[in-house]
Amino acid sequence: MSRKSFRQAINEALRQEMERDPTVVLMGEDVAGGMGAAGEQDAWGGPLGVTKGLLQHFGRERILDTPITESGFIGAAAGAAVTGLRPVAELMFVDFMGVCFDQIFNQAAKFKYMFGGKAKTPMVIRTMYGAGFRAASQHSQCLYPIFTHIPGLKVVIPSSPYEAKGLLIQSIRDDDPVIFFEHKVMYDLEEEVPDEPYAIPFGEANFVREGDDVTIVAFGRMVGFAAQAADAVAKAGISCTVIDPRTASPLDLGSILESVRETGRLVVVDEASPRCNLATDISAAVAEQAFEALKAPIRMVSPPHAPVPFSPALEDLYVPSVARIEAAVRATMSAGARRAA
Amino acid sequence: MQLSREDLLRAYRQMRTIREFEERVHLEFSAGGIPGFVHLYAGEEASGVGVCLDLTDRDVIASTHRGHGHCIAKGCDVKAMMGEIFGKRDGLCGGKGGSMHIADISKGMLGANGIVGGGPPLVCGAALTAKTLKTGGIAIAFCGDGASNQGTTAESMNLATVWKLPAIFVVEDNGYAESTASSWSVGGDALKRAEGFGMPGVRVDGFDFFAVHAAAREAIARARAGEGPSLLHVQLSRYYGHFEGDAMTYRGTDEVARLRAERDCLALFRRKVTEAGLLDAPALDAIDRASAALIEEAVAEAKSAAYPTEADLVTDVYAAY
Repeated sequence: MSRKSFRQAINEALRQEMERDPTVVLMGEDVAGGMGAAGEQDAWGGPLGVTKGLLQHFGRERILDTPITESGFIGAAAGAAVTGLRPVAELMFVDFMGVCFDQIFNQAAKFKYMFGGKAKTPMVIRTMYGAGFRAASQHSQCLYPIFTHIPGLKVVIPSSPYEAKGLLIQSIRDDDPVIFFEHKVMYDLEEEVPDEPYAIPFGEANFVREGDDVTIVAFGRMVGFAAQAADAVAKAGISCTVIDPRTASPLDLGSILESVRETGRLVVVDEASPRCNLATDISAAVAEQAFEALKAPIRMVSPPHAPVPFSPALEDLYVPSVARIEAAVRATMSAGARRAA
Repeated sequence: MQLSREDLLRAYRQMRTIREFEERVHLEFSAGGIPGFVHLYAGEEASGVGVCLDLTDRDVIASTHRGHGHCIAKGCDVKAMMGEIFGKRDGLCGGKGGSMHIADISKGMLGANGIVGGGPPLVCGAALTAKTLKTGGIAIAFCGDGASNQGTTAESMNLATVWKLPAIFVVEDNGYAESTASSWSVGGDALKRAEGFGMPGVRVDGFDFFAVHAAAREAIARARAGEGPSLLHVQLSRYYGHFEGDAMTYRGTDEVARLRAERDCLALFRRKVTEAGLLDAPALDAIDRASAALIEEAVAEAKSAAYPTEADLVTDVYAAY
């Protein structure tokens, strides 16, 4: 056990799985960097240095720099997976799904079903998401709801370095195509992370806080925000359960329903655009299956239905804040109180 | 290199089986027994069979909308294919794929593809697997003249060169992408595209099995030797529409009749091998009869086979969920 950043946790998971399994290969734009250039090899190690150092362990045969050709190499990852490799492809920013989505949702996601169960497609697409980098509309989106919509894909959204390592190891060992979301402002976040490899199973939510009054469900970066909000309202005597489902697909709906039946109140926090996102999905499922347990209307905390803006002044307003989560918790408490009265 | 008698018989059997299969699917579709879309390969048999004749199960192909012929050429079970096209539970894909997604990974057949240009990136991946695991295998992307204009095909040709993959791109130019003539839709010279991506490109008479086989053999040898990708631009024609139900009003009035009379790949094969004394007519006639009987049985079995049930609806989505 030692303190590791989110970046180091991912790097360590990749290194350990590549050491364990010779069929694991890494591919993407500048995952090493410097290919064909006169200067330093492993010049980048990915645009934010996440894969730095892997080249010296595994060489150019397993650390595959690609041209800027997302359809080409994401499709190659699918074709490699279905023929015997276990590729980890890096889609630099999830916003770039627009130039390769066919290979993900029409090809990789559907092989198993279309081919009558006879195909296995063990591929991972690691991809950066999220606002906060002043990267504007084409480099800041969440987009995981779009992948969650597709049968055949698994969607993983780690919320901390510990979670990132265990979930990435599971992703690589998994026999289905996995989209692994890394929030770009979380790479320097540190916590204690075991040195040895470990896998966190999919579809098993993590209870980050346990309380009696309100259930807060959050994903990725929003889990930390939700925990801060829970700690803040605790001072006012409101006790919250904070659930990190870890994976949007599969979704541990059972844990969420169980918690809502205990607390009677639900706040869902989602950094994705508000229409048809994870918050609406979970809210609908709870309204359908645990309506009788609800003491107050469900609250959803999401950004406005607008592209991610560039100016720091606007972007800071766009991203759901701890204060907005606190306000939602208080609102659901007061709505419940009025109803009880 | 001369083909053995056994190879020649195998080539003719596959071509004849594809023809019988497609002619029969045409009739059965018209009769209303086959659901969905079908795209027939009749007329193009020399290409699929010529390219695949020297391949083994370790080699991988990805196909197109028009995939039945490639499936048969790659050794897929013909009866299971017919079952699949009829949507039956014992079909090659359990009735979940159908004509446009027919596949058999165990035979190195990565599937027909419902997306034009869907296959070439997958073939780069299959070729990467062969190269990384040193299986000795190669991978071949069949695509039509339509797919040759898709970005995925251009990206894949570039990637195959950059990664020096054991890959081959076979552009089957049958003259039409749906109803649009390739003489209009393909800008510039298709062969120069190969040159532009740094790989050899060969124009092949797709009505002539021997021409296709010779060109494929060279490209396969180059791929197996680790010398990188190649492109074959195969010129041929289809006897039926883009899909069944296409009235083909965009084609010349006697275009197909003339093709059948003058450029038929099976007739040409028969003439060449008999004139050269390589095979005799009775041997070929026997294959004709056996192929017809096989397809007759395949259709009868497919028609009487059971459909999948509700229990099959949500299986095979994930390995585990």
